[in-house]
Amino acid sequence: MIDFDHVTVTYADAAGPVLVDVSLHVPEGELVLVVGPTGVGKSTLLGTVNGLVPHFTGGTLAGRVTVDGRDTRTHPPRELADVVGVVGQDPLSGFVTDTVEEELAYSMEQLAVPPDVMRKRVEETLDLLGIAELRDRPLHQLSGGQQQRVAIGSVLTAHPRILVLDEPTSALDPTAAEEVLAAITRLVHDLGVTVLLAEHRLERVVQYADRIVEVRADGTVSDGPPASMLATTTVAPPVIELGRLARWDPLPLSVRDARRHAGALQARLSGRPSPLPRHRSAAPARAEGSLVLSARNVVVRYGPVVAVRGVDLDLASGQVTAVMGRNGSGKSSLLWALQGSGPRQAGTVTVNGTDPASLPPAKARQLVGLVPQTPADLLYLDTLAQELAQADREAGGDATLTVRELLDRLALGIDDNIHPRDLSEGQRLALVLAIQLSAAPLILLLDEPTRGLDYHAKRSLAGIVDLLAGEGRSVVIATHDVEFVASAADRVIVMAAGDVVADGATADVLVASPAYAPQVAKILAPLRYLTVDQVTATLPVDQVSATLPEAVP
Amino acid sequence: MTARPRRWGLTDGRRVPRPLHPIAWWVWALGLATAASRTSNPLLLGLLLGVLGVVIANRRSDAPWARAFKYYLYLALTVVAIRVMFRSVFGGDIDAATMHVWFRLPRVPLPSWAAGVQLGGPVTAEGTLSALYDGLLLGTLVCCVGAANALANPKRALRVLPGALYELGVAVVVSLSVAPQLVESVQRVRRARKLRGGTGVGLHALREVAIPVLEDALERSLQLAAAMDSRGYGRTGRASRRSRRVTGVLMIAGMCGLCVGASGLLDPSVPRLMGLPALAGGTLACAAGLVIGGRRVQRSRYRPDPWAGAEWLVALSGLVPAAVLVAGFGFSAGSVNPSTYPLVWPELPAVPALAILVAAVAAIAAPPPTRPARTQTQEEGPSRPKQSDPTASAGERPGRLGVPA
Repeated sequence: MIDFDHVTVTYADAAGPVLVDVSLHVPEGELVLVVGPTGVGKSTLLGTVNGLVPHFTGGTLAGRVTVDGRDTRTHPPRELADVVGVVGQDPLSGFVTDTVEEELAYSMEQLAVPPDVMRKRVEETLDLLGIAELRDRPLHQLSGGQQQRVAIGSVLTAHPRILVLDEPTSALDPTAAEEVLAAITRLVHDLGVTVLLAEHRLERVVQYADRIVEVRADGTVSDGPPASMLATTTVAPPVIELGRLARWDPLPLSVRDARRHAGALQARLSGRPSPLPRHRSAAPARAEGSLVLSARNVVVRYGPVVAVRGVDLDLASGQVTAVMGRNGSGKSSLLWALQGSGPRQAGTVTVNGTDPASLPPAKARQLVGLVPQTPADLLYLDTLAQELAQADREAGGDATLTVRELLDRLALGIDDNIHPRDLSEGQRLALVLAIQLSAAPLILLLDEPTRGLDYHAKRSLAGIVDLLAGEGRSVVIATHDVEFVASAADRVIVMAAGDVVADGATADVLVASPAYAPQVAKILAPLRYLTVDQVTATLPVDQVSATLPEAVP
Repeated sequence: MTARPRRWGLTDGRRVPRPLHPIAWWVWALGLATAASRTSNPLLLGLLLGVLGVVIANRRSDAPWARAFKYYLYLALTVVAIRVMFRSVFGGDIDAATMHVWFRLPRVPLPSWAAGVQLGGPVTAEGTLSALYDGLLLGTLVCCVGAANALANPKRALRVLPGALYELGVAVVVSLSVAPQLVESVQRVRRARKLRGGTGVGLHALREVAIPVLEDALERSLQLAAAMDSRGYGRTGRASRRSRRVTGVLMIAGMCGLCVGASGLLDPSVPRLMGLPALAGGTLACAAGLVIGGRRVQRSRYRPDPWAGAEWLVALSGLVPAAVLVAGFGFSAGSVNPSTYPLVWPELPAVPALAILVAAVAAIAAPPPTRPARTQTQEEGPSRPKQSDPTASAGERPGRLGVPA
């Protein structure tokens, strides 16, 4: 269906090629997962399938990409629209019309599908993706999961034989992500659509893949069946890491498979003391648990819509708190209200006896710092050096560390002359975090920091968070990422429709919830382990991998 | 296509809500505008505004564009106010001796080269009233256009464009959606600036806000272009180079003909014999260009708006006042353009008034608008007031479109 024949892609002004000598054959009806660290050519590989690379992006493509017998050299993206459907990371920015039904029909109108066929296909697609009740709704009023399903539907109506999806679930909460993935697997199973999918959160998709294509940092690509590929890939979800550690063979891809292997490991772990709550790198500098922020009855409304409904919250120093909940449950609104820059219609927030909302912005950020969902909103200068100098001026003269020193602690050795837009997601987050830390806030709020980060970047973020908590700061993280929360947070708050519905220690909240339980917890239930690190901290590696249960002395 | 069952139209006992064909609303509104342009009688214009109000109140939907009418109303009031003010300040009446003088503004002597223009002077009832009538006429025209925009979805109206102009329509639609997105970006970035201690005022703040907003807008437009390209926008179809050239030549010639013709008709110094043939030739050339250009377009239309009985009724009800007032039939010229010198109380001529009232039929003739079941919009965070927010995903975009950082 898709053939890559010695493909090498080089962008203009780039030091070297993004993809090197890629030869790949994808047969019809396969679900192929493209994996690799952030910043390697995953998006480029997906873009070559319908000719966006190089027809739209520029650059040079050597070799040949053939899709359903058509050479992308001679067929620009629009001439491949009837064969390849492309869904991007941000569905909203790709919408052309303004209601669901018209969006579903758009591709077909371009392909001159007769009106009666169009009508029928729109209805079928609405049912296939379970969005029939949304047909008249304006696109911008939909939730993230709904938008993503509409985006998939809008390319499906053209009956493409190939679907290319670039991180379709990265902005979604676990439940919405499952809806989208269920829709995709249904297309593969029922309609025989060939799917090419790139995703950072492998734990969500790896069990559905027929094949894995790994893009390495040097631009080379290898492919194979999931179990054998994942034994060696640089990025791997927790289930695979646990499987590698315990040398389970064949490597289980899903929680269900892993549980069948897990009996021996469970038996050995059950005799041990229960795991440490969270792996700490250092003892907290200050006494943990002193109250730094107290919020009472916080209400945030946008017109008739109540985003936060009378929330009470106490934050302690040295504590890492995760705020979870589905898209639109009020997590971000709560964070902005706590910082004081966002609206707050009722209630009180007290930090050190003052309300940050009553202070000028420059003072408020010394109490509570916030890193927003789009860190790039805070950056506006041409080079990193200028940004750092500006941040030093904003911090005032009494800062103990310069922003450069702070940044080097988070991400060492970023070039001074680089444009902030050319930083990777992880580096940009580190830069904004350093800028916010320069004000030395007691409390640091992070809004969806793990988006677009691979496992390595998330691990280093968890390290940074741990460091900040060790300095006695209180850190609050709003996120959908269950595995990250399991590795980084002491306390979890779950919000739903503006209310706090659960609040407790990470293990208590996560293990009790089927949607939010991390993979390791599901595999080792009823034992209360959340991460692979906890398992290795409890058992020496050679004992984890022993195949037979030993007698407990 | 199979025969469409007759579900819609006036024959049904119960009215099925559906949007009226946008062209019907535009014909109706332009008909009223034509009628308005023929009269300065405040009673007739007031009646016309009343008709607009009744129809809008009855037949507009809940969509955002439908709520825009009040802004046209504000614009109309501004037009009236400016007209009256300018007349009072600049148009000081010269033969004020015979008029009713209200008060005198201090007069500013102007140099001789500005002869004919005067600043200040007496403000008379006659002058003010005549400015008020003129302003009311302009304001009513603005309201007619506003009514068309409130009643018909502007985007659906553009879909009716002939195939050859499709690209133009898409460009307009896309640019229409840019403005609200920019506003949203500005709000988001300004809020984010506060997090860095910025106050959001002053020249410096302008740069802090403008750069992230422009970068955001550029990136979004690139993403939209990529999405449209991969979904088949601009497929060339079977057009040959020759047919494209012919289309271009015909369209340009046609446009020239239209311009010459229009100026010939409107400018009395140009002989009429030159105006009419040029206009006709230009129209023909344009039509031929559109037909030939449309032939190369391979595109179909999803659920095109039907043109049924209701559309005929609405369009005709708007054309009646236009026809009556243009034909000048059943009333005297003085009654539709009441004199302000000498001052007379305007009378309400019966035939034009009735003709304008006919346009109110649209309030009943048009089917009720569809009202989608409104559900609570989900909201998250001040950064995404309507879930429409680009931040939602800006975080994991590649550095440049398709080019991973």
